[in-house]
Amino acid sequence: MKDEIILRIENITKDFPGIRALSDVSFNIKKGDIHGLCGENGAGKSTLVKILAGVYPNNTYQGKIYFNEKELKFTSYSIEEAIKEGIATVYQEPVLVPQMTVGENIFLGREPEDKGMINWSKLFSDTKEILNKYNLGVPFFAKLSTLSVGQQQMVEIAKALSQEIKLLILDEPTSALTEAEVNYLMEMLKNLKENGVTCIYISHRLDEFFRIADNITVLRDGLVVDTVRTVDTTEEKVIAMMVGREMKKRFPIRDSKPGEKILEVKNLSVSAQNKMVIKDVSFDLKKGEILGIAGLMGSGRTELVTALFGEYGNQIDGEILLEGKSVKIRSAEDAIKYGISLVPEDRKEMGLVLIQEVYKNISLPNLRKFSSALSIDKYKELKECKKYADHLTIKTPSLFTITESLSGGNQQKVVIAKWLMSNPKILILDDPTRGIDVGTKYEIYNLINKLSENGVGIIMISSELEEVLGMSDRIMVMREGECAGILNRKDATQERIMALATNLKRSYRYN
Amino acid sequence: MKQLSFIDKIKKIKIDIRAYTLIFALIIIWLLFGSLTGGIFLSTRNFSNLLRQMTIISFLAIGMTPVIITGNIDLSVGSMTGFISIIAAYLQAILLPTFLPGLFPALSVELLGILSTMITIIICLLLGLLIGMGQGYIIAYGGVPAFIVTLGGMLILRGGLLAVAQGKTIIPIEDSLRLMAQGYLSKYPGIIIAIIAIIIIFLVTLQSRTKKTQYGLKIKPLSYDLVAASVFSALVLAFTFMMNSYRGIQIPVLIMAIIAILVTYLMNNTRFGRYIYAVGGNKEATKLSGINVQAVVLKTYALMGLLCGVSGIILTGYVAAGTTSGGMNYELSAIGGCVMGGTSLMGGIGTVFGALMGTLLMTSIENGMSVMNMSVFWQYIVKGSILILAVYADVTSRKNKSL
Repeated sequence: MKDEIILRIENITKDFPGIRALSDVSFNIKKGDIHGLCGENGAGKSTLVKILAGVYPNNTYQGKIYFNEKELKFTSYSIEEAIKEGIATVYQEPVLVPQMTVGENIFLGREPEDKGMINWSKLFSDTKEILNKYNLGVPFFAKLSTLSVGQQQMVEIAKALSQEIKLLILDEPTSALTEAEVNYLMEMLKNLKENGVTCIYISHRLDEFFRIADNITVLRDGLVVDTVRTVDTTEEKVIAMMVGREMKKRFPIRDSKPGEKILEVKNLSVSAQNKMVIKDVSFDLKKGEILGIAGLMGSGRTELVTALFGEYGNQIDGEILLEGKSVKIRSAEDAIKYGISLVPEDRKEMGLVLIQEVYKNISLPNLRKFSSALSIDKYKELKECKKYADHLTIKTPSLFTITESLSGGNQQKVVIAKWLMSNPKILILDDPTRGIDVGTKYEIYNLINKLSENGVGIIMISSELEEVLGMSDRIMVMREGECAGILNRKDATQERIMALATNLKRSYRYN
Repeated sequence: MKQLSFIDKIKKIKIDIRAYTLIFALIIIWLLFGSLTGGIFLSTRNFSNLLRQMTIISFLAIGMTPVIITGNIDLSVGSMTGFISIIAAYLQAILLPTFLPGLFPALSVELLGILSTMITIIICLLLGLLIGMGQGYIIAYGGVPAFIVTLGGMLILRGGLLAVAQGKTIIPIEDSLRLMAQGYLSKYPGIIIAIIAIIIIFLVTLQSRTKKTQYGLKIKPLSYDLVAASVFSALVLAFTFMMNSYRGIQIPVLIMAIIAILVTYLMNNTRFGRYIYAVGGNKEATKLSGINVQAVVLKTYALMGLLCGVSGIILTGYVAAGTTSGGMNYELSAIGGCVMGGTSLMGGIGTVFGALMGTLLMTSIENGMSVMNMSVFWQYIVKGSILILAVYADVTSRKNKSL
């Protein structure tokens, strides 16, 4: 019973036109295990998940999959079949109906019925039962739109569990979560394991594997590098397997020589929809300095930087001084004019025009550099774009490739390239490495360091405490729209940041 | 870096297939009608008529393309065309004749006519521009959905038209205005224009090669570019001789070609054009790139209004009167033409050339059926079905691509 295998993957090969996404992939998953799956972007994790979830039917790949010793042969392009077999997938962004309550979401499409009418009392009592059984910590009557991303993910998990799921696939569940939410999720997964649910767990944060996973399978370029027991390995070894080389340092070393003050924010307050989202925040930034911003989701960190970028128009109070001069930033146009650039939190929604070519995305804010009122000098444009694409080693077949088809890390590089071309004096990065593989992360860190050495003032938000600690000269911690404190690099520890971010009195748990 | 180039090639072929499908469909429909009408449909005379028929809608389809690409819509263009058409007729037949002769007693009747036409054109274009800007302002800065604003505009302008017309058809229209919509270029000016066009084709080809070399970009073999330029030139010549074998190139068709080229240039080679596609592709990302999205939307409506002005003027000249039913349902033909030509209602995708091809296809069906003496009701049913079919084909092809 103990070593019973629930899922056997045998020689899976999946081709896309011109590229082999998975090549002869085989490994086993034991019943009741939490099985980690890791690899850089483009290693084939998502493709494998899509095969297991039934998105790619049986005839689109070679190889065999046995689930409880029964061969899986999905025929349609839908996940219904996989769910019927007992396999459910939870993705990083919850796919739920925001206007409905938790219970309605969990039972969407299979509401308990009584003579053709929805039996609401049964629906709610069933919901309560599931939430309590797995200790999911979400109020069952709440509307989805009022919940945090982390809580919404719990609802997704509850939805899967309510369907008698035997194998739960979690595809980067933590990339949108804060540290506290991650901790909670970890606890919950341990709890699920005790209840006999098997999990495939995918993440870019390696420490998570070492907290909960029994085994780790590492993929690289569509091949299985190895499957190892977590107790027999270390983070460094796993990284080495992922990138194919030993990676000594997670963060590059940098000579920090902050110069004169370039930005000073005095008593900034922002109100949006009759709510104060930023309350009386003051800080400054020097040339060549990296100021990290830490804080839980919803702490106002994103609002703070978008306010500096003109998002809130006239709804801001306080003073912004650029190189000693008071300025009014009322739109993104103003901000760019003053030499401020923002790499936004959500590259797909806010950073890129995905349906357009790579070069058009890079040049979008910079068109004035190579155009007159009547025409764009396309050739000069292409040449400039190529320069930045090469400099950032963006992996793309050509500058004319549609941006959507690039991997996440390369898409993020396109966003960074477009702002580098604008020669900013201040570069704001809102969680720039979210959902990006280790190798590309390192490249982005290097780039940020190089910019700071060239005198650019950098503000960097990060959801990963290690990253904030590894990169910043100073760290500002946000809490409920206020600045909870600013720490110098040498005084900062994960514990101190978390203490400031949560005000200590608050527990890490929800409610 | 190299491994994906194959995918890229496939994608490129797919895009080309999309452009060619429409031309292919057009040829099939022409051959079909040609055989059904015993060749009448394919005669130069009918072909000439076909092109003239599409011009009035084509101005609207050209203007509609940027509007739809930014993710908006304009339902008022039919009424606006009708309204401007009746204003043009009112100016020419009623208002201007009351005081122009008094102001310029020395001018001959003919010259007074030309003066009246010039004034009419300027006023009508300005009027179109203003109405377009008004609607655009409410949409872009007022935040009222485009569908509602232009639906309201459609009703208001239709009402305005009826108020000016007072239930009557307004005549007479000056000969000079009629010439703009009904006239032909005689043989030699037509050939001269064709030659100028050919010279421009070759100059542009060569200039782009020098530029590419200057910036160290890859260029195709000279022979390839020359063959391409020659093919386009041959098409221009063939068209000119074909038209000359009937009565010559039609003036409204020439106006259409010039406007189409200008707007295509605007869309492909200027910042404004680039911003139009960007706004439609991702409004939020465009705004965060420091682009004034509201101004871009306002400008697309201003352009749309201006082209409604052109369309209204040509309509008046073509009908040689201002009528109460002028421009009725044109908005649907224009939107249909754009969509058939591959402009996505989701925004971000579309070309003026596609819109023209789509309009030509719709007009061909209409024309072919009337040559065959089929009842009007069939024309509506067939046009509607083909529109749905075209978009269905488009949606399916896109779905396959994403898998």
